[in-house]
Amino acid sequence: MKPAAFEYIIPESLDHLLQIKAEHGDEAKPLAGGQSLIPAMNFRMARPSLLVDLNRLPELAWLHVKDGELQVGTMTRMAELQHNPTVAAHVPLIAETVPHIAHPQIRNRGSVGGNLAHADPASELPVVAVALGARFRAISASGERWIPAHEFFLGTFTTSLQPQEILLEVTFPTRQDRTGYAFAEVARRHGDYAMAGVVAVVSLNAQGQCDSAQLVYLNAGDSPTPAVTAAAMLIGNSGTPAAITAAAQHASMEEIAPYGNLHASTEFQRHLARHLTQQALKTAFERARAEFLPHP
Amino acid sequence: MSTYFGKRIPRNEDPRLLTGQALFVDDVQLPDLAHVAFYRSPYAHARILSIDVSAALARPGVIGCYTAQDLGDYWSPGPLLVSPPPTIERKIFHQRTQVPLAKDKVRHVGEPVVMVVAESRYIAEDALDDIWVDFEPLGVVVDLEQALQTDAPLIHEDLPSNMGAQVIQEKGNYETAKAQAAVIIARRIVYDRGPSVAMENRGVVAQWDSRTQRLTVWDSTQAPVFIRGGLAAMLGLSESQVRVVAPFIGGGFGPKIMMFYPEEVLLPWLAIRLKRPVKWIEDRQENFYATTQERSQIHHCELALTQDGKILGLRDEFLHDGGAYMPYGLTVPLNSQANSLGGYIIPNYYSEFKAVFTNRTIVTPYRGAGRQHGTFVIERLLDHAARELGIDKAEIRRRNFIQPEQFPFNNEIIFQDFAPLMFDSGNYEPVLDKALEMIEYERFYREIQPQARAEGRKLGLGVVFYIEGTGIGPYEGARVQVEASGKVSVATGIGTQGQGHFTSFAQIVADQVGVRPQDVMMVTGDTDQFHWGAGTFASRGAVVAGNAIHAAAQDVRQKILHHAGEVLEAAPDALEIVAGQVRVQSDPTRSISLGKLAQRANPMRGAVEPGTVPGLESTNYFGPRYGATAFGAHAMIVEVDEATLQLKIHKYVVVHDCGKVINPLILDGQIHGGVAQGIGNAFYEQLHMDENGQLLNASFMDFLIPTALDVPHLEMAHTETPSPLNPLGVKGAGEAGAIPVGALFAQALEDALGLEINEIPISPQKLFELTATAEALA
Repeated sequence: MKPAAFEYIIPESLDHLLQIKAEHGDEAKPLAGGQSLIPAMNFRMARPSLLVDLNRLPELAWLHVKDGELQVGTMTRMAELQHNPTVAAHVPLIAETVPHIAHPQIRNRGSVGGNLAHADPASELPVVAVALGARFRAISASGERWIPAHEFFLGTFTTSLQPQEILLEVTFPTRQDRTGYAFAEVARRHGDYAMAGVVAVVSLNAQGQCDSAQLVYLNAGDSPTPAVTAAAMLIGNSGTPAAITAAAQHASMEEIAPYGNLHASTEFQRHLARHLTQQALKTAFERARAEFLPHP
Repeated sequence: MSTYFGKRIPRNEDPRLLTGQALFVDDVQLPDLAHVAFYRSPYAHARILSIDVSAALARPGVIGCYTAQDLGDYWSPGPLLVSPPPTIERKIFHQRTQVPLAKDKVRHVGEPVVMVVAESRYIAEDALDDIWVDFEPLGVVVDLEQALQTDAPLIHEDLPSNMGAQVIQEKGNYETAKAQAAVIIARRIVYDRGPSVAMENRGVVAQWDSRTQRLTVWDSTQAPVFIRGGLAAMLGLSESQVRVVAPFIGGGFGPKIMMFYPEEVLLPWLAIRLKRPVKWIEDRQENFYATTQERSQIHHCELALTQDGKILGLRDEFLHDGGAYMPYGLTVPLNSQANSLGGYIIPNYYSEFKAVFTNRTIVTPYRGAGRQHGTFVIERLLDHAARELGIDKAEIRRRNFIQPEQFPFNNEIIFQDFAPLMFDSGNYEPVLDKALEMIEYERFYREIQPQARAEGRKLGLGVVFYIEGTGIGPYEGARVQVEASGKVSVATGIGTQGQGHFTSFAQIVADQVGVRPQDVMMVTGDTDQFHWGAGTFASRGAVVAGNAIHAAAQDVRQKILHHAGEVLEAAPDALEIVAGQVRVQSDPTRSISLGKLAQRANPMRGAVEPGTVPGLESTNYFGPRYGATAFGAHAMIVEVDEATLQLKIHKYVVVHDCGKVINPLILDGQIHGGVAQGIGNAFYEQLHMDENGQLLNASFMDFLIPTALDVPHLEMAHTETPSPLNPLGVKGAGEAGAIPVGALFAQALEDALGLEINEIPISPQKLFELTATAEALA
């Protein structure tokens, strides 16, 4: 379990980093937190010829709220997302989700950009990004562009990032009035890749009826998997148990496509997804209703 | 006279271990060290047509590549470690043991084919990619039952079938008993295999010193003395030319008693050939294939009982997965046979097993060593019987217990040590009663479970009983010496893998010699220090080595008192040893230190009496007639989330009896560790293998071991029924924690969910399937 030989470079600046990417493309693999890449290299499943270490570029790690968005630099660590009070205040869903991502040691090293760009369909943060409508800022020597979350994740370990690009920043919309969020997952052990998991987001109108809803699943296909029809079934509803049950049933049985794995068959994943959807929607509606109260 | 024996003393070795100062094999750094990696078979079963290592040899930094051909006469199948008991008449056994490097064919994934040595492990692993082996894949046997079908591919083609062994043990007449029974409980029971997952993988460092003509081997083995003898014989060296050191080892659990692993044979050979020290450290991925595993048995068993729940007889026919080779003989299935008797009077018994070759990693004992399986069989059958007969599950056990006055109890079958399975001592009911009291058995069924059910919560209680055969022979030895400093050095042949030997053995010596345990310097597992003994296995360290150390320490005490008597002009029995001083009991001002006595016993000038043996030193040995049988009960209350099928253990109780306890703190640690492994075995750990014999989860990402979050707080109590078989009255405790956990989980989950569970491991997925089946039937 030793990696194959590779070159290693610490770029002097963002520009230098982009030059390297321009020159080497996919062969220059950014080393962010290394929590997925290094094991893959040790198993020799990944054999990049050049590692570009992003850990020494302080300008890549930051977060702040601006223009109604939580803006996060690519090298911000998961632990920062978990513990920074700005995150909890403005995007509570992230603060609720991050503790489910692996373990403290991994969250201390693991980076936001690395996690998202790895595009593991079992990963939590991509699901949050899709559910909230996050945007991704990709940059290369020839310019930059913004990619909406639903266009960023193309499949297992595949994103729309071009070989010369790196992910520089991700922005999440901050919490909205009368909107409730919830994350729920079931893993064999805390911190494992979950057998099933869901993010629910519901917004209510002034009458307390749902006017927008999102249900997005992890480990339910090749990438974060939205259940659009099930979410639409909630529109106009106040979150009655019957409506939640129907949406959960439809999402888990008709819309998601879990593959099954060593720990859970497809049937069990659907069963879990249904249960988690009910739980998450119930919580999301409760929170949305609570949001009628003024913000603290 | 026990100042220290029985006391909760912190461990002498912990400062070294906790500050990273202890020596493990991988800590051995030597000048000019070269590094070894192995090309291992990617196939479970294939013929080797050709091997091309030329590209690997051409890689800069590669020192050499070796195939079976290159080993010449040194290539030989390993020894049979434990022959089948000669005392068992009805048996068949086909000896097929592992080879250092596969020659004509590979029989499991991970079997070593080529050894590469290079300037670094990185280069060695790079070179593995350069090796080309032309394999002709053969049909693969992974399923135990399919292995015995007539059209199954043959793993050892010179045998008529994949059956490696068959043993029948019988007492009374089961069929007669069955005819008289009011009820017959028959089930198919499956207990799957698992790896032991020691924190430290295996490792070997070998160094040949041309000037002293000596070979030193640092080896993560549990049996350094036998490794030394074997290596000397294989390499044509005198035993005195070979030193084997088993330093601190991060967990043994049984697979490290296996010998000879290919790497243990090859590294010393290579060091001599290269005249360079060489190192191989097993990585975690290799460990999943290359370190022996245990389990996989399928039992067809039945229990015949009277209407009031008395056992009339047990019949058990089972298949045992031996893996690709069976170097460890029949120890594991024989333990299963023994433990299927439980602690119960079973007058009629028929047990037949077939040990089967499969294209899987070799099976040798791992903590519990087949005892789990037997325990699972009898405890499950009793649970089903209790339900069918309408008898309380604790009560049915009570009705069948061997009674205190029946010990020593002869089970009339043969145990793994070739001797009749005798239980030396026991008093079972108090242990069960204590467990029931601690788990609040009556209150649970009167209040807690009904109330939980009313709230829609699924709570279940399990309570199971087990025995643990421990402390078997043949023997161990030790040398105890009081040094001129007044401190005491002790050497024993067994290795240490975390059991606390540096403390518990020191306590035994300290009491005899009159020093503090901190003043006793233990050496374990260094053949230059002590070269007799068998090793650390079968929960025998405390029993066998402990009593040998005790015997040697008693001798030294006599020598101390004799010498001191001369100096102090007092009768030896008028003396006492306190805090390193020997003094006259009636006049403590007349005293002499142990250090001075040690110097006096080793004079530098002057004449001594003929026949004088120098020093305050003794070497002594201990070998029990047969093993000491520990026993206990585990009880648990578990809650199952009906939707997610995740568990929460509300309470876990262990009541245990291993005779006299040397150090309760260390004993607690042993039990904790065992229960944690048992929980892993019962609910988390499963090797998923496809039909081609490929392991699908050879990493900790998908092979789940319980973490600190998954192991509950344990409430523990002990009773003490001393063993009459050894002077210290001790019994082993190394495996107790792990043995009954599968049976406990099955019973508690059944109680919670109203299902029937006859297999281990269980998982949420498995519970989901069982629930679906139960719903479909309902």
